[in-house]
Amino acid sequence: MSESILKTEERVAYELRSLYRNYGYLPYKMSKFEEYDLYVENKEFLVGDGVITFNDTDGKLLALKPDVTLSIIKNDGDEQGKRKVYYNENVYRLSAKTKQFKEIMQVGLECIGNIELYDVFETVYLAAKSLATVSEKFVLDISHLGILSAILSELGLGEKFGKELMCKLAEKNLHETRMLCDKYGVSEADKEKLLALIGAYGTPSEVLRKLAPYCKGSAKSPFDMLSALCGLLEKTEYADKIRLDFSVVNDMNYYNDVVFKGFIDGVGEGVLSGGRYDKLMSRMGKKSGAIGFAVYLDLLEGFGKEKRTADVDVLVLYDDTEPLKLLDTVKALTAQGKTVRVQKSKDGLRYTEILDLTGGKQ
Amino acid sequence: MINIALPKGRLGEKIYEIFAKAGYECPSIKENNRKLIFENPEKGVRYFWVKPSDVSIYVERGAADIGVCGKDILVEYSPEVYELLDLKTGVCRMAVAAKKDFYDDGQRTLKVATKFVKAAKAYYASKCRDIDIIQLNGSIEIAPILGLSDVIVDIVETGTTLKENDLEVKEEIFPISARLIANKASFKFKTEEIEDLAKKVETLIG
Repeated sequence: MSESILKTEERVAYELRSLYRNYGYLPYKMSKFEEYDLYVENKEFLVGDGVITFNDTDGKLLALKPDVTLSIIKNDGDEQGKRKVYYNENVYRLSAKTKQFKEIMQVGLECIGNIELYDVFETVYLAAKSLATVSEKFVLDISHLGILSAILSELGLGEKFGKELMCKLAEKNLHETRMLCDKYGVSEADKEKLLALIGAYGTPSEVLRKLAPYCKGSAKSPFDMLSALCGLLEKTEYADKIRLDFSVVNDMNYYNDVVFKGFIDGVGEGVLSGGRYDKLMSRMGKKSGAIGFAVYLDLLEGFGKEKRTADVDVLVLYDDTEPLKLLDTVKALTAQGKTVRVQKSKDGLRYTEILDLTGGKQ
Repeated sequence: MINIALPKGRLGEKIYEIFAKAGYECPSIKENNRKLIFENPEKGVRYFWVKPSDVSIYVERGAADIGVCGKDILVEYSPEVYELLDLKTGVCRMAVAAKKDFYDDGQRTLKVATKFVKAAKAYYASKCRDIDIIQLNGSIEIAPILGLSDVIVDIVETGTTLKENDLEVKEEIFPISARLIANKASFKFKTEEIEDLAKKVETLIG
């Protein structure tokens, strides 16, 4: 198949499937429908609220999948060893922007089992490699929710404060964080710590150096883990693409450790999202840990493709021309890599050149 | 080049003056014409004038790297953007107002007229108050006068319009001012330029 005929999202889907297969991930194919109960029980895990539901012939309420991860781990039996799978599926979600349901093509992977440093490193590395498949101009932002939750629990200001702070953190909103701290009577030293965390953005070495003085006590262990991971990533070919950014805050009810988000220059929002979700596993009664990510291929629609200014390269006009001669002409032109349309009149078609065979012209 | 969406009108003009003072001037913006896009390659800026309520859309979708809009718009539409700075300009508040003699005894559904449906719903939900939302698009102040609603939720700056219509502020919901917002992806690829601009503007407004 000619590569030029592939849309960006199709090319990326092919390349990523092959990449994940090479790293030992097995394909996971699932049905389009899932029992609705699964999403009701874990609705905060879903990106949007809306789910398309319908009744099966036996009356059971089913949903068109809004998410793939939940279905994969639901069927996981906590078996020994690791399970590594990848998927390429369509999910159906309510778009927050348009308030309409959208079909989204997703490619992603999940690593389930006893997660060790290598698994986290490999997953984050593959996330970077996935972004590189789309464009060389990308950034992968990494955060560690363990550091945030350690600092929050040391402050002991309760769930409401934590929730409000996470919103400010996601917005990099320093001015309202100051107001929030004043409202809750946070000490100047703790306020400084929170502001340092929110304001930190940059290369891992730069950010780790800035945050080291604030990551003591229970935050020390996640900080050390993040430092170890960054140390490994800095030795890969994607070292200059990695940033630390604590505004990456996936839901803390599910994610508990490293989380990350990928951006491509020219696409207005994050195209890759993932992290370690041991908490979701335990909420679903599993003992294993898990880490994974998804690439949102719908956001890549039209990315990196030049806009066509013509429908075809050559328009061949004919009247009583011999059909075999016409076909030979088309074959000769397509052999030069050109797209060809044969018709009797121009009919508003946009073309780059015209080959007029009417009236016996050669 | 940083693409900046500014709100059309008095607030936008005031913000442009701050940006120009901070070193991001674009003289062609002062020309009296109907153009909406102005560029100064020397300073690395391109300004657009857009409807105030649309600024967050341009920024969220990446058509503009940064923009300036009121906190009321950010609360109402919750765009996925970074809120980098409080510009301390366009200061006002979101408030509940009603006729001077209105008293809410809490015994029946409260009729609330507003342009800011989300903010109003969130405020009364936090108080567990049952309300009937009436969405209007302008001249909100006449709703309580004509008996269309009990109260209004609206932006109050000086309170003159309220006073002239025999209304008064009953409760304040949240303070509003202009905020500097940034597209999340643009922030990753133009970090230095955006942080520099934010720092210079912050120094200027104090």
